[in-house]
Amino acid sequence: MLGRIFSTDHKVIGKQYYFLGLASVLIGLVLSVFMRLHLIYPDRKVKLFEMLWPVGAAGGIMTPELYLSIMTMHGTLMVFFVLTTVPQGGFGNYFLPIQIGASDMAFPRLNALSFWITLAALLVLLGAFFVPGGAPLGGWTAYPPLSAVGQIAGPGQGDGMDMWILSVALFSIAALLTSINFIATVIELRAPGMTLERMPLTVWAWFTTAIISLLAFAVLLAAGLLLLLDRWGGTSFFLPSGLVVSDRLLNHSGGSPLLWQHLFWFFGHPEVYIAILPGMGLISTILSVNSRRPVFGYKAMVGAMLTIAFLGFVVWGHHMFISGMSPYSAIAFSVLTLTVGVPSAIKTFNWLGTLWGGRLRLNVAMLFALGFVSVFVAGGITGVLLGQPAMDLYLHDTYFVVGHFHLIMGVAAVFAMFAGTYYWFPKMFGRMLNETLGKIHFYITFLGVYGIFVPMHVAGLAGNPRRYPDFKEFEFLSDLAWIHTFISHTSFTVAAVQLLFLFNLFWSLWRGARAAVNPWEATTLEWSVPSPPPHDNFGGASVTVVRGAYEFSVPGRESDFAMQAGETPQ
Amino acid sequence: MWLFLVSDALTFTALILSYAFVRVSSPAWPRPFDFSPGILFATLMTFVLLTSSLTMATAVGAMREGRRGVAAAWIAATIACGALFIALHLTEWRHLIAQGVTPAANPWGVPLFGAVFFGLTGLHMAHVASGIVYLTILGAGVRPGRFSAEDVEVGGLYWHFVDLVWMFLFPLLYLTAVKP
Repeated sequence: MLGRIFSTDHKVIGKQYYFLGLASVLIGLVLSVFMRLHLIYPDRKVKLFEMLWPVGAAGGIMTPELYLSIMTMHGTLMVFFVLTTVPQGGFGNYFLPIQIGASDMAFPRLNALSFWITLAALLVLLGAFFVPGGAPLGGWTAYPPLSAVGQIAGPGQGDGMDMWILSVALFSIAALLTSINFIATVIELRAPGMTLERMPLTVWAWFTTAIISLLAFAVLLAAGLLLLLDRWGGTSFFLPSGLVVSDRLLNHSGGSPLLWQHLFWFFGHPEVYIAILPGMGLISTILSVNSRRPVFGYKAMVGAMLTIAFLGFVVWGHHMFISGMSPYSAIAFSVLTLTVGVPSAIKTFNWLGTLWGGRLRLNVAMLFALGFVSVFVAGGITGVLLGQPAMDLYLHDTYFVVGHFHLIMGVAAVFAMFAGTYYWFPKMFGRMLNETLGKIHFYITFLGVYGIFVPMHVAGLAGNPRRYPDFKEFEFLSDLAWIHTFISHTSFTVAAVQLLFLFNLFWSLWRGARAAVNPWEATTLEWSVPSPPPHDNFGGASVTVVRGAYEFSVPGRESDFAMQAGETPQ
Repeated sequence: MWLFLVSDALTFTALILSYAFVRVSSPAWPRPFDFSPGILFATLMTFVLLTSSLTMATAVGAMREGRRGVAAAWIAATIACGALFIALHLTEWRHLIAQGVTPAANPWGVPLFGAVFFGLTGLHMAHVASGIVYLTILGAGVRPGRFSAEDVEVGGLYWHFVDLVWMFLFPLLYLTAVKP
C-alpha cells in the first residue's frame, strides 16, 4: 500500500498531480462562488460563512478582509495548484514518457519528490486559513509594501502571509525539480526513431513549458527570499522610507515596492504561458485526431511555441504601465507585447487550417478543443487592447482585466484540461467517460463562461474597479448592479454543472464502459499500449518509431491513420 | 546538473539585478571598504576559492586517468579550501557585525547595504557549504569505486559554478564599494 502511494512510477505521480489539482480546483471554485454570492447579497446573513469563518464572518456577514483573503486564496490555488499543476505535472507526467517511448522519467525519485513537495506546499497554503488572522489579503501577486510589513497591514498579513510565501517558495522548488526532469527526459530518453520532427506537439509543449518554468520559478524563488528577509530579517528591499501603515511610521528606508513588481512579473508573465502552452499542444493533437487531418503547419506550430516562450520573458512591464514607468519603456513593452499576437495568430490559423476540409468527429474532447480555440481568440483580442498603455491606464484594475485573464488564462487552460480529461481518461483508467453527460457539461459550461466573463468586460469599460468587496456604497456603480446579478447567477449555474462532470468522472472510474486500446483512432505512442498501460509502459518490449505524429488520411493508404510505433508491442 | 545550474544562475541573476536596482535608486550607497585590510582580505578569500577550483579540476583530471586515490586526495584539498573560505568569510562577517552592520542597519547610511551584502554573500556561503557536503559524499565514495569519472566531473561543475558566482559577487559587492 505504502509502496503504491509513494510510487516512483510516472503514471502514478501523474494521477496524484491530477487529483491534487482536482481538489484545489474544487476549493477554488467554491471560494469563487462565495465571492460572487457576497458581491450581490452583501448584507444577507449566510449561516455557512459563519460556520466556516466564525471571526471573519461573525453573524454570517463577510467582512471586507475576509472577502480579500478568499480572493487571494482563490487566485493562488487556481494559478499555482491548478493551472500550473494539472497540464504539466498531471498530464505531462503521465503521457510525456509514453509519448516518446520511454519507460519512465529520467529521474523517477526526483519526480516523486516534486509531487510530495507540491502537496506540502498546498497544505501550507490551506493552513493559512487556520492561523491567527486568517489567509493573506494581497491577491495572488502579494504586492509590497503591505505584504512586507506584517500584521499591522491587516489581519491576514501576519502569519497568513508567511504561510503564503512559504507555500509559494516550496511550490517553486518543486516546479524547478519537475522542469529539470522534463527537459532531461525529452533530451535523453526518446525511443529510436523519435526524432525531434516526429515528436507530438504535446511533447514539444511540455518541453517548452519546462524551459520556461526552469527560468521563471528561479526568479520567483529569489523574490520570495527577499520578501521573507524583509519580514523576518528587518531588511527593506521592498520598503521605502517614510512609510505610514495603519497610522504608524515604519522604521524602514531605501527599498522600493517596484522591485517586487519587476521580479514578480518577470515570473508572472511567463507563468501565463506555463499554464496555456501544454493546452495548446494538446488542442493541436485533439483537433488533428478528430478532424482526421494532419496538424496544419507542424513546424510553424513548434516555432510559434518557442517564440511565445521567448517573448514571454520580455513583456513583464505591461503589468506595470500605471506604476509610473517612463512612457518610452511603456512603448517598448507595449510593442513587444503586441508582438506576442503574431505567434498566437499563427497557432490559431493553423488550428483552423487543421479543421479545414476535415471530417469532424464532435466528441466531447473535440468540443472542448473547439471551445478552447474560441475562448483563446476572445481572450486574446482583449489582450491586444490591454497591451496598449493608453487603454491600460483606463482599464487597469477594472473588471475588464478580470474578464480578460479569466478567459485567456483561466478558462482556456481549464478547457484544455477538460479536453485532456475526456481524451485521455480511457487511457489513464481503462474506462470511457459518458459522452452524453459530457456534452451537457460542455454546452452549459461553454455558454456559461461567456455569460460570466463578457459582462465583466462591460462592467470594466464602465469603470467598475476590481477587488472591491461590495459595491453598495458607490453610487456610480449602482447602474451596474444588474450586470453583477447576471454574472453571479450564471456562475452559480456553471459551478453546479461541474458537479455533473465530477459525477461523470467518479461514476466512470468504476462503471464506465471498458476502453479499447485506441478508442479515438489516434496515432501517438500511448494509443499502442493497453489501457491503462502496464508498469513500465511497453511491457519490456522495445519501441521503434517509424513516422511522424500526425499521419492522418494519407492518400493511397487503406486506413485513414498510421500509428507512430513500428510494430504494436504486446 | 547543467539545468540545475541554469536555474540557480537565474536566482543569483535576479538577486544581483535587484542589487543593481536598489543601488541605483538609493541616494548615497555606502562605500565602506578600505583597501587594507577590507579589500585585501576579500582578495585572499577569492584566492582561496580560486585555488579550490584548481584542485577540483585536478581531481577531475586524475579521475579521468583512473587514479582514484589521487582524485580523492585532490577532492579533500578542495573541501579544505572551501572550509577555509567559509572560515575567512565568517571572520569578515564577525568583523562587520562588530562594527554595527546588520541586515537592517549599518553605521554608514543606506540600511539596504547590509541587507544586500548579507543576503547575497549568505546565499553564496550556503552554496559553498552544500558544496562541501556534496564533495564529502563524493570524495568518500571515490576510492571504493562508488562513483564514476563522470560523477566527479558533475560535482566539479557545481563547484566551479559556485566559484563563478563569487567572481561576480567579489567585484560587485567589494570592488565597487571601496572607500573613495
